[in-house]
Amino acid sequence: MRTTRRDFLKIGGVCGLVFLVFPTVKGLAAGEGQESLIRKLAMMGQEGSSSVPSRAGTREIKWGLLVDMEKCWSRVDCVECILACRREHNIPDIPTPKEEIKWIWKEPFANAFPEQEHEYLPEALGEKPVVVLCNHCDNPACVRVCPTKATYKRADGIVMMDYHRCIGCRYCMAACPYGARSFNFRDPRPFIKETNPSFPTREKGVVEKCNLCVERIDAGLRPACVEACPAGALIFGNLEDPDSEIREKLRSFLTIQRKSELGTRPKVYYALP
Amino acid sequence: MLVKALKGSPRYWSWMISLLMLMGVGFICYLWQLNQGLTITGLNRDVSWGLYIGQFTFLVGVAASAVMVVLPYYLHNVKAFGRITILGEFLAVSAIVMCLLFVIVDLGKPMRLFNVLLYPTPNSILFWDMVVLNGYLLLNLIIGWNVLEAEYKEVSPPKWVKILTYISIPWAISIHTVTAFLYAGLPGRHYWLTALMAARFLASAFASGPALLIILCFILKKFSRFDPGKEAIEKLSAIVAYAMIITAFFVGLELFTAFYSQVPAHGTYTLMYLFAGLEGHGKLVPFMWVFVVLAALAIVLLVIPGTRQKESTLLLACGATFISLWIEKGLALVIAGFIPNPLERVTEYAPTLPEALITLGVWATGLFMLTILYKIVISVKEEIA
Repeated sequence: MRTTRRDFLKIGGVCGLVFLVFPTVKGLAAGEGQESLIRKLAMMGQEGSSSVPSRAGTREIKWGLLVDMEKCWSRVDCVECILACRREHNIPDIPTPKEEIKWIWKEPFANAFPEQEHEYLPEALGEKPVVVLCNHCDNPACVRVCPTKATYKRADGIVMMDYHRCIGCRYCMAACPYGARSFNFRDPRPFIKETNPSFPTREKGVVEKCNLCVERIDAGLRPACVEACPAGALIFGNLEDPDSEIREKLRSFLTIQRKSELGTRPKVYYALP
Repeated sequence: MLVKALKGSPRYWSWMISLLMLMGVGFICYLWQLNQGLTITGLNRDVSWGLYIGQFTFLVGVAASAVMVVLPYYLHNVKAFGRITILGEFLAVSAIVMCLLFVIVDLGKPMRLFNVLLYPTPNSILFWDMVVLNGYLLLNLIIGWNVLEAEYKEVSPPKWVKILTYISIPWAISIHTVTAFLYAGLPGRHYWLTALMAARFLASAFASGPALLIILCFILKKFSRFDPGKEAIEKLSAIVAYAMIITAFFVGLELFTAFYSQVPAHGTYTLMYLFAGLEGHGKLVPFMWVFVVLAALAIVLLVIPGTRQKESTLLLACGATFISLWIEKGLALVIAGFIPNPLERVTEYAPTLPEALITLGVWATGLFMLTILYKIVISVKEEIA
């Protein structure tokens, strides 16, 4: 059979179309399945072959964090949680504030909770430092906008970053209403004082943020900030378990959240004194 | 037909070489950015999009505005646009190429660009923007080229080209709507979080694009034997007039909602930053007032029949339209959307020199493409005339 130029172009065109359409259909159809594959891969990467059977990935777990402000404020100028996070995650100490990488840091109460501010607020309160971090939203805007699923939410609620897939478009930074995401404007490695070999360092051009110490949680440990807090002000636990310590605190304290009016359903709670 | 771009006057060549030089400078700066990271730009953790994404947004509008000549010609049989539809389509092609380049130069990891195709994510507006922008580029390239080729051979264009043309009309609306959705769908960015965004984008696009087309028509008329026709220019200037008035109206609507409701979540602080300055920061204030003055001037010149019909004042009006809307969309909209930041602080942004040179390089690339495409169009039209 002779292939005419016309036939060749037709077949070529159809092949091209299939090539273009197929990934889209696959993406639409895969949905949940693909997400769990990503999760498995991510966990593989973190745990290596000696994978501890973890409870992550089951529906009965939803991790949350509660900050007991009274306990936190009992230790003035304490930065133990921030330092522990820095060491654990190889966070660079970049001198220019405009390019800083922040996972957990302090903000004055009035900046962390602008909607709570009023002119007769005790002056001391407005200035008091509040630890802020990624809220691991139940309805995360960053995950919604990411064009490559480089940022995604695990079944246990942790909002994760895949540094190897991120294209550095920074759409997630525009979407995050908490300013919890940082971009590596430059190579961060020269700014890491002491490298922790068990956690990856990042390259220039990708976005990063708090991962709630997923690598520790999957190994059965508590987040580094929680463990480092000398005042016991950070309470980490399973929000789905009514008997957990965090649920107990949520029952007994008046808690507030950052910008809950935006519908993001944050999972970091702040217990007022 | 491409060969026609290789024959030109010394003036044509010196223009092309100057563009190539700008492209070269931009490219060298880009290599530097690739090597050092986006740290060489003025972007920061608070204002994480700037000049690049601003240009992208503005140029999507210029591209979409091709529909303003295609729609009247194909759907309402406005014969006057017959000679310039091809100019509109090729303007769209060059504008989209610039858009795509601006997105690429903005990426932290451009080598991973194809992750967007490898891991298609239908819930991301950026994914859809990629789809519609590339589709629109192909549509206009195929339509424009085939229509021109048919004209060259003095036959009527194939039927399927007309079908593609009909598809390109709603497609043009889609590119700017999806681009507006990039912004309008984000929680916590009050200035962008408005249902009016897509409508505002389209209105300003239909002013800036046709205004540029009028300017380009006059340039072509001056340097070649091409004549767009008096009626085409008159109709285009009427379109610019209406679109400019609607744009100003929409800006007014935003100002009313913000300042009468006095709800901070309606972008009040951002508007204050833009027009008056906030907490002692006001880098964009002079630009915004230039925008206001130029927009008002453009509207006056476009509404009065005498000044609209006179070539010199029409050109002034079109220049004022283009520059004012470039300030509003290419500069203010994106930058100010990040101010104040989520922690209620003002961090300002100003592009750096290499960033500006990269931006200039991309514009030069677009103009280079546009010149080639228009050169072919003019040569074909002169030959068959």
